[in-house]
Order: sequence, then structure tokens, then C-alpha cells
Amino acid sequence: MAWLVLFFLLPLLFVGVASFMTRGAGGQPIQPWTLDHYQRTFDVFGPVIWRTLGFAALTTALCLMVGYPTAMYIASRQRPAVRLVLLFLVLLPFWTNFLVRTYALITIVQREGLLNEWLVRLGLVQDPVQMLFTPTAVVLGLVYGYLPFMVLPIYAAVERLDRRYVEAANDLGANDWRAFWRVIWPLTLPGVVAGSMLVFIPAIGAFVTPDLMGGTGGLMIGNLVQSQFRGRGNVPLGSAISMVLLVIVFVGVLVYARWGERGDP
Amino acid sequence: MTRAAPDRDPARDGVPEERRDALRRDLATRRLGRVLGWAVPLVALAFLWLPIAVLVGFSFNDAASVSTWRGFSLRWYENVFSSLAGGGSRFQTDLLLRSVMNSLWVAGVSTVIATTLGTMFALAVARGRFPGRKLFDALFYLPVVIPDITMGVSLAVFFRIVFEAWQQWTGMRLVSGFGTIIIAHVAFNVAYVAIVVRARLATMDPSLEEAARDLGANDWQAFWRITFPILFPGVLAGALLAFTLSLDDFVITFFTAGVGTTTLPLFVYGLLKQRVPPEINAVSTLMIVASIVLVALSLVLQRRGARRSET
Repeated sequence: MAWLVLFFLLPLLFVGVASFMTRGAGGQPIQPWTLDHYQRTFDVFGPVIWRTLGFAALTTALCLMVGYPTAMYIASRQRPAVRLVLLFLVLLPFWTNFLVRTYALITIVQREGLLNEWLVRLGLVQDPVQMLFTPTAVVLGLVYGYLPFMVLPIYAAVERLDRRYVEAANDLGANDWRAFWRVIWPLTLPGVVAGSMLVFIPAIGAFVTPDLMGGTGGLMIGNLVQSQFRGRGNVPLGSAISMVLLVIVFVGVLVYARWGERGDP
Repeated sequence: MTRAAPDRDPARDGVPEERRDALRRDLATRRLGRVLGWAVPLVALAFLWLPIAVLVGFSFNDAASVSTWRGFSLRWYENVFSSLAGGGSRFQTDLLLRSVMNSLWVAGVSTVIATTLGTMFALAVARGRFPGRKLFDALFYLPVVIPDITMGVSLAVFFRIVFEAWQQWTGMRLVSGFGTIIIAHVAFNVAYVAIVVRARLATMDPSLEEAARDLGANDWQAFWRITFPILFPGVLAGALLAFTLSLDDFVITFFTAGVGTTTLPLFVYGLLKQRVPPEINAVSTLMIVASIVLVALSLVLQRRGARRSET
């Protein structure tokens, strides 16, 4: 326990304290107490915070739209071996280093990448399109990075689903649309909430993806925090921004605790 | 299997005129659902795998391009490996190798510490009777949900303050390095290990331990002869998870590393940030292969562990 308190809670406490202090000559926190950094966080970086929330929400929505049918498809395979192989195909990229995966995606969407090459070759565009270093690239990178997080919990929920409920709904006259929204969706909702939180929370705190794939228009909270801590940064300001980030994450966790999957993993 | 949406055209079945439209719509929905049901997963898998496949494929490209194929070549791999054989190379293979060694060293040490502490925490929270147990239970999940970047900067601030205090007190100057990286990795890995071990602990029958005690075993014997062998697959799974997370971590290491303690992810980040040498495709491919081997190995180990626990 002491370890958790010493190297986990205490550092967080220090950041919390530092966020209320004044910036010293070398960027370090000094007395007196002030609320300036929180004010600056919201005044100057408000747009970045909103953008981060937007990116994370969009990433979650896209992951859900792609991940839900994928999880359904895998869970509805008859043979367990096929299910296992498909799950593996979803999970294996996940075991590959995040930087390497991000780089792999960059090679595809960059100006000299394969996607542009084929777009030009097929005559769909005249000149290569600038895709990297745009907000779109950041969201694409986040979806790429966190999609497995969405598929797994939904897969678990769909697999537990009793197929007879769906048949019963059909027998009682519900068409597929109705049967999905009235039976399948509510029964798999805990998995959806769990998956959404598992995507949304890391997406909010993302640093690598916007750093490597975003231009100035794709900056997120993580980049703000990082820039205040490198070299002669502004530690109190960086602390205040990370405190705001922490509060956002905790709201997400509370949502999950209230509506998410019950029970231990 | 269903009555609501037959797979045949409803017009042929003598369905009353006014219901045919509704049934045709249901039929169209079902067909659309079927198509989307396999098309979306296909797109998802292609999306996940295409970039990796392209990266691996073009690591054998003769040209330094990732879009135009100029013939098969192993030259980038040769560049990576040539300085091993003593040949001159413009690629910083020695740096790469050192970063791999650093990564393995950090992951190994932090895994051993995190697994020991995590298992102890799991046992303490599950078995212990002390005030605030619920609170500690919730504490486990904190490092898992807190963003890497917050954890990274909080540890950076923490170490800075501790080092300054230490210098004022003893006059000794401490710097970031392996020590700080390992402490940071243990800090986040302890929680993951504890969660995995707790899951295993939850499935364990407590009467086994009671039986051991009834038969005269003391606490120490009961733990090592009964509890630990049953927990072992969980401990092993937790250790493997910790090792992987530690090898993979970039953000927290980024904020706690010092001079000369570049780990593999930091090295790759440096390459990506500066000039992106063509050898990076070969290095990435080697890393992908290594991680697949690691996954396969861990599965074999886990399966063996699970089988042992059943007998």
C-alpha cells in the first residue's frame, strides 16, 4: 500500500498543489498561492479542451460504429476456433508497440504514402492530398489505436446474450430493426458503455497520436501538458491543465461506475 | 427461423396487399443488416492490418519509399545488422541495441517488483480485515484509469521535488535514470498485477485454505503449499501483462527518463521526430515479429499454467 501512496497519490497531490502556485524563474512552482493558471487554462486553452472532448467523442462514436458489428460478427461464428482466430486478429495489433502502429498508419496517409499514390493513380485527385497533420488524421489515429478496446467488452456482452430472446422477439412480430433496438442493444449496453469508456478515457489523455499525426490544428490537452513540462516550461500551468484533464477523466469513470458493467473483471 | 421477415418475396405467399410493403421493408432491412454484418468487420480488420502489412512489405523495398515498389531487397536489414558484424553503418545500431537492452532491463526489474507487490496487495485487500479496505480496493483502479500523461508529469514533478529536498538535506545530487523509470513502471504495473491476481483469487475456494489449517498447517505452509500454487497462473498472467506494458510504455518513461537511459520506445520516438530513416521500417518489422513471438510464448505458458492448476 505504501508504494501506491508514495509513488502514486503523493505525486498527484504535488501536481495538485503546484497548480495553485506561481511560476518561478526556471518554470518551477513557488509561493504565493494563485488561481491564475486555472483561469489561463480555461481562457487561453478552452478551445483545445473542447477540441479534445470533440476528438474523443468522435473517436468513441466511430469505434462503436465499427466495433459493434465486428464484435457481433465474431461472437456469432459457430466454431470456437474461428472466434478465437478472429479475436486474435483484432487483438494482435494491440500487442504491437503503439509508436510502431502509429508510424505504420502514418506511412499510409502521409503525402507520399500509399493512399495518395493510389488516389492519384486512379485519377480521383489531381495532386496528393494533405491528410497527415490534420484533425482528421488525429481522429483516424485514435480510432486505429483504441478500436480493440471497444471490440472486446462488446464481444463479451454479445457472447453472453441468449439468442432465444432474439428469436422470441421475431416470433412475436418484431422485425430485425425492432428486435435489435428493443432486445439486443439493451442487453449489450453494459458492454457498449464499458467499451466506450475504455476508448474515451485514453483518447482524452492522448499524447503520442496528436504529437505525431496532428498539426497545430490537431493539438490536444496532452500536448499542452507536455509542452509546459519540457525545458523551461511552466510547471504550475502544466499542473493546472493536467488537473483539468484528471477531472474530465473522473467524470468519465463515474459515468462508467454508474452505468457500466457490474462486477469484477 | 422467424415469421416477421421471411426471406422470400412476400408477394408470392398470398400476403394481403396492405402488409406487403411492410414485409418488403423488413426483408430489405434484413438483407442490409446481413451485408453490413460482414462488410463492416471486414473493413475493420483491413483497417487494423493493412498499415502493418504495408509497413512489413515495404521494409523489403529496395527504395527508401513506402509507396512505390522498386524490387525486393534486404539492404535496410543489412544496415541495421551490419554494425553488429563490425562493419560501418550510417544507422545507429549500437544505440538501438542499447535501447533494447535498457528496455529489457527496466521491464525485467519492474516486473519482478510489481508482481511481488501486486500479489501482496491483492491478498491483503481480499483477505485482510482492516479499516478502509473498500478505499484501497478503489485505489487499485486509479492507476489504470488515469491518463499516462498525468501520471508521467506527476512523477516528474514528484522526482524533481524529492531530488531538490535530498540535495538540500544531504548535499548529494540525484538525477533521473533507471531508478526513476523503474519506480514509475512499478507504480502503474502494481495495479494491473493486483487486478489480474484478484480475479484469480475470486475464483478460489476459501475452504481449501481452511482445510489446510484444520490439518495442522500454519499460515506460512498454507500459503506456499495451497494458496500460491492455485494463484500461480494469475500471478504469471499478471507478470506477463506487466512485462508487456513496461516494454510498450512510452509516455511515462518519456517524463521519468534521464540521460543515457533511452528505452526502445523512446528510441523509436526519437527516430520518428527527427528525420525518419528508411531503416525504421526494418526496425518496426523486427519489433512486430518480436511482439508476436512474445504473445505466442505467453499463451503457451498460460495454457500450461492453467493445465497445471487443474490437475
